[in-house]
Amino acid sequence: MSLFSHRAHTSVKESSSLATASSSWQKRASNGLSLTHRRAAIPPWLMNTGSLIIMGLLVLLSLSIGVADFSWAGMLQSVISHSANSDSSLMLVSRMPRTIAIILTGVAMAVAGMIIQVVLKNRFVEPSMVGATQSAALGLLVVSLLFPASALIIKMGVATIAAVFGMMLFMLLIHRIPPTDFLMIPLIGIVFGGIIEAVTTFIAYQTESLQMLSVWQFGDFSGVLAGRYELLWLTGGLCILAYIIADKLTIVGLGDNIALNLGISKRQVTWLGVGMVAMMSAVVVVTVGMIPFIGLVVPNIVSRVMGDKLRRSLPAVALLGASAVLLCDIIGRTIRYPFEVPVATVFGVVGTVLFLWLLLRAPSER
Amino acid sequence: MLSPSRPSSTKSDSTHTSPAINDQYSSATGQSHLTQFWAFIANHPKSIAAVILLISMTLFLTLNVNGHWDFALPLRGKKLLALMVVGYAIGVSTLLFQTLTHNPILTPSLLGFDSLYVLLQSLLVFFLGAISFTSINPIAKFTLEIVLMFGASLLLFQLLFAKSSQDLTRLILVGVIFGVLFRSLSALIARLINPDDFVVVQSASYAQFNTVNPQLLGISLFICLISGWFIWRWRYQCDVLMLGKAQATNLGINYQRLAFGLLTVIAVLVATATALVGPVTFFGLLVCALTNRIARHMYHSERLILVSLVAMICLVLGQTVFEQVLSMAGVLSVVIELAGGIVFLLLIFMTQRH
Repeated sequence: MSLFSHRAHTSVKESSSLATASSSWQKRASNGLSLTHRRAAIPPWLMNTGSLIIMGLLVLLSLSIGVADFSWAGMLQSVISHSANSDSSLMLVSRMPRTIAIILTGVAMAVAGMIIQVVLKNRFVEPSMVGATQSAALGLLVVSLLFPASALIIKMGVATIAAVFGMMLFMLLIHRIPPTDFLMIPLIGIVFGGIIEAVTTFIAYQTESLQMLSVWQFGDFSGVLAGRYELLWLTGGLCILAYIIADKLTIVGLGDNIALNLGISKRQVTWLGVGMVAMMSAVVVVTVGMIPFIGLVVPNIVSRVMGDKLRRSLPAVALLGASAVLLCDIIGRTIRYPFEVPVATVFGVVGTVLFLWLLLRAPSER
Repeated sequence: MLSPSRPSSTKSDSTHTSPAINDQYSSATGQSHLTQFWAFIANHPKSIAAVILLISMTLFLTLNVNGHWDFALPLRGKKLLALMVVGYAIGVSTLLFQTLTHNPILTPSLLGFDSLYVLLQSLLVFFLGAISFTSINPIAKFTLEIVLMFGASLLLFQLLFAKSSQDLTRLILVGVIFGVLFRSLSALIARLINPDDFVVVQSASYAQFNTVNPQLLGISLFICLISGWFIWRWRYQCDVLMLGKAQATNLGINYQRLAFGLLTVIAVLVATATALVGPVTFFGLLVCALTNRIARHMYHSERLILVSLVAMICLVLGQTVFEQVLSMAGVLSVVIELAGGIVFLLLIFMTQRH
């Protein structure tokens, strides 16, 4: 199957026989690929090892930063003597769960962004720009108001279903938009998300539950303790599923005709992708709250360096997503020590700057 | 026009005809009355809007007062005045912005201008501290803010239109993201300052129509009068400007000067409206879309008045309904954002269709 080879991939694009029929996503993709050719291409293993090392350093940093007194020596002592002391319990109850939650969230949002970009064949979308996270918050609010005593897993299920409906509505809305007008889709998505958010705010205002809502709308890891984040492991499973179907996703991203030609059911993969993105968004909203722009910025940066073959780029996307959220959380924790700035606020600034850079850098369509 | 002679003449006709035809006739005349009525409304949008505004103003001042006039009237009068100033400022600034950019979808707030004002306010609090921020003479502070706002919006305008004036979608998207960036930066600054200062910033960064800032009322009225005088003098030049930059220059408009003047007025009006009630993203778009629908022609002499009236009606009537009838005082801004967002999507889909 020559399609999976990097070089063959580009040569198909350069022959320009398909270029006229290709969507914007592919144009940007081929652009990214030719970019890799001009630069000395970084081999994926080097990139992934590098990201892994950076992430490891960030994890250590994240574990050692905090208001409470903590020393690695005390921790070591506790491990050697097999007895719990204040350092080890702090580590197990607060620091470790928080760091794991950060990593899982970063991975989930970045991978979800990549999936939704492939499914919608548009570079500039992410879960909060297709109405997924906002619909999840709406569903969550409604179920919390109607059945306040329901279990977390049921709330999450309702949020997932709401997110699927939100994305379906959005896909119905953009159905008529020609794929060449690729910046129109994020624009509509932002306004669409804003409308859902306004409805949610209205309901919350009427029922005096704005405070509950703000917990979901602003991603923040300061409330993460052991026992309050475990649902996030679900996103880890979903990311593994994404890696398993990575090739199918790549083919669907190449266009409807190619997918049909290669025997991939576009409908099936699209629904699977939408379901996964909805579930990841719902879990993240339930446990830590919305963090915008990760799903947009991270996949874009990775595919500029590594191209669009998901089997290769997905690990890098996951690693970079985790590192980005870790870094922003560390910034949020140290910038106004001993107080904390929510990670959503920090990433709101970092993410928008990166997005503006991507937008102003991308050539305008002709 | 409604003419009093028509009904009497049909009545005299009907005396000669059979009952069946009579029925038909009267229903036909009823219909024509209705169409005449609609035609009358369509032909006099300004006077109708003025009448509706007067009614809503009366309702706003008098509903549920229950006899406490000496308390209610000054309070409500101030609020009413503030709402009308805001309506005028947002409506007119959006309309002028659309004239300047030749586009019925663009609005200053969509491109992040009002978030920019909130950011400037946060930055001032950050560097001056809340104590000195609140203790400065409000007029001096407001003047400082407006000067800063003018410089910053000029920069933003340059940045937006130099990079991507050809590609409208990219322009709007970049503007929207700039708005998000300004809001995130204000939120970040709000987190970095003291909790006391935080309250000052917080109150400035959310749209609230039921609590308006009364200190700035005097200077806002002054700004409205001055800007109104300028805009009214420019109304014909604005009509010419709508033909396009090249045409306007050809017809003897000093484009640079007019554009500079318009941008100044827009920046000042956006700052005024945001200072009074906080940022409202889609309100300008909503009222301008409404105005363009009901205006008879595109001349600014009509649309400038009409857009102010429509915006004032939306705010005054909306606030009356939500505050006095439904007793949900804080919801109007949410409802306006909701309706405005839907109008924006409709406008986009309509332009897509063409």
